[in-house]
Amino acid sequence: MANGEPNTPQTTRTPFWYDPTVRSIGFQVLAALLIGWFFYTIFRNTLINLESRGISTGFDFLDNPAGFGILMSLVEYDETYSYGRTFVVGLLNTVLVSALGIFIATILGFLIGVARLSSNWLIAKMATVYVETLRNIPLLLQIFFWYFAVLRTLPSPRGSVNLGETFFLNNRGFYLPAPVFESGASVAGIALVLGIVLTAVLARWASRRFEETGRTFPVFYSGLGLVVGLPLIAFFAMGAPLTWDYPALKGFNFRGGVRVIPELMALLWALSLYTAAFIAEIVRAGILAVSHGQTEAARALGLREGPTLKLVIIPQALRVIIPPLTSQYLNLAKNSSLATAIGYPDLVSVFMGTTLNQTGQAVEIVAMTMAVYLTMSLSISMFMNWYNKRKALVER
Amino acid sequence: MKTFGVIAATCATLALATAAHAATLDDVKANGVLSCGVSTGLPGFSNPNDKNEWSGLDVDVCRAVAAAVLGDASKVKYVPLTAKERFTALQSGEIDMLSRNTTWTHTRDTSLGLNFAGVNYYDGQGFMVTKALGVSSAKELDGASVCIQAGTTTELNLADYFRANNMQYSAVVFDTSDQTVKGFEAGRCDILTSDQSQLYALRTKLADPSTAIVLPEVISKEPLGPVVRQGDDAWFNIVKWSLFAMVNAEEMGITSANVDEMKTSTNPAIARFVGTEGDAGAKLGLGADWAAMIIKQVGNYGEAFERNVGMDTPLQISRGLNALWSKGGIQYAPPIR
Repeated sequence: MANGEPNTPQTTRTPFWYDPTVRSIGFQVLAALLIGWFFYTIFRNTLINLESRGISTGFDFLDNPAGFGILMSLVEYDETYSYGRTFVVGLLNTVLVSALGIFIATILGFLIGVARLSSNWLIAKMATVYVETLRNIPLLLQIFFWYFAVLRTLPSPRGSVNLGETFFLNNRGFYLPAPVFESGASVAGIALVLGIVLTAVLARWASRRFEETGRTFPVFYSGLGLVVGLPLIAFFAMGAPLTWDYPALKGFNFRGGVRVIPELMALLWALSLYTAAFIAEIVRAGILAVSHGQTEAARALGLREGPTLKLVIIPQALRVIIPPLTSQYLNLAKNSSLATAIGYPDLVSVFMGTTLNQTGQAVEIVAMTMAVYLTMSLSISMFMNWYNKRKALVER
Repeated sequence: MKTFGVIAATCATLALATAAHAATLDDVKANGVLSCGVSTGLPGFSNPNDKNEWSGLDVDVCRAVAAAVLGDASKVKYVPLTAKERFTALQSGEIDMLSRNTTWTHTRDTSLGLNFAGVNYYDGQGFMVTKALGVSSAKELDGASVCIQAGTTTELNLADYFRANNMQYSAVVFDTSDQTVKGFEAGRCDILTSDQSQLYALRTKLADPSTAIVLPEVISKEPLGPVVRQGDDAWFNIVKWSLFAMVNAEEMGITSANVDEMKTSTNPAIARFVGTEGDAGAKLGLGADWAAMIIKQVGNYGEAFERNVGMDTPLQISRGLNALWSKGGIQYAPPIR
């Protein structure tokens, strides 16, 4: 009581650098700075080296006229367009072959995967032979096979295989008549979009009604009717504004019409068949992963093989199938760069090949191409992850 | 703490890394071998035989430089390159010089950081078609498909020519000249276009060379020559003057057979050439007998031409533009004095 000071415990304040939180933040900031400085140094070093050797840098070359022709282009292109345009042409060609390849490979892969599990011995064996053969031969060899096998057997333009005067097949390509839409056709386009939107709404309504009352609705056929019927009605209402541009042999080659070049056909075939073999195995693994009890329960309920697969097995198998399927899609998109071997004008062949060699700016061009492939692959995998999350079964 | 020190030291070294000024002559002498970029196989210019021995007009330029610098024309490492990767290989230092029937153009000279060390073959671009098409002139080729090699001036000249003549074409682009020949033979395209010398060389690779003809039109100038990196003037001079030495030797009548006796000649021009007078070799940083070594081991320009692409070879190319200036051509070398 003499000295009225309360007994305060001696709190020794530890220096802040012993605090674990402060330390962890400090080291992370230091690491980030080091990494940033590393990349900055590499970047600056490259620029200094390029300049001292007299190699031009920068992205100004993208505005210069290209001066060379490209075999196939989805947008308008001739040699007076710029190098930036060749980038777009190559990019669209790559996206085209990847998208078509993914579509065909998925369908084919699912069919063959299911076929391999069939109780019909012949079908199962044929599917096995397909998978084992195509999985084990390098893709480049398969591409060369399809390209040179296709080329050697097709006739020259003067002796084309033809269906009437409208479809022609020769070693320069497959020629189809091109539709030429006149002024009223945009209404049909709007009707098509409307049909698709209405079908989506219908599907949603039908699935909600199924959840609540258990009554099914023929969504597929009514959707088909909407998507096909509405545009057709609009089309004829506008007086059928469509003429056809027929391919005709003039001199060396056919002019007019739409041409599917043999390079595209060969590349698409090779990519799809190769990737389908891998997808078949993934699908088979997914189906086998679903416990056999599910099949037995479905049988006990009286479901036949087809509906069992469609309603019970595949929805559960999709959980297992989708992640490796994403990898196969990415592989297909990247393997499309093998197009340079046969002269299909994809991004690598046109931009990283010809444009790089004409301008000499290797660093910028390779960086742009790598960025494109990275973006494409990231988009595919983001979409598939979103789809996977949607399909994931919520367990109790 | 120790690992941190190692990391810090590595980062510091990376930060200080700058472009090393290429002293290619010293590098070649230290390695004892000349690294020369050539094509993947073009008869007459750079072609390996079944024992992987290379021969051709471009190969002879490499051998000449090796003879001048290292004293032995066989001390060359040949690096086969496609048209797409040839400049990158030279820029990055993978090869010391590029002798690969490369056309000297403005863009290549200015924006790639390279120097052209002369012209060893004056050429032009032409077309090859099958006789069965019944075409006799390039102006009749509207709408044709054309097989080309990627990354060459051929693509650009073709576009210019067809545009100037209001004709259309579709380009089928391959990576190597072998693939273009395969595509042409398979009938994928009507025309094969390239430098005329290449067309004659590629025609020998066809299964039946007599079915193809080379059209008479020459649609561009294609001066082909060796290439080196910018920023190394000493090496540039060596390659340039090795080529000039071969042309000068033909002008002075010095051949691989008589170069030894020419060493005793009293003609001042010949004495300066073989090195018994003057110090032309020392000014290049080479020995006094640099030019004599070239002629002894490789021959003069005329000998190299006749041996590789002349009338006795399957290519049967006449001297034409590539004759000496005094004989109606335009091969002209500055004097060695």
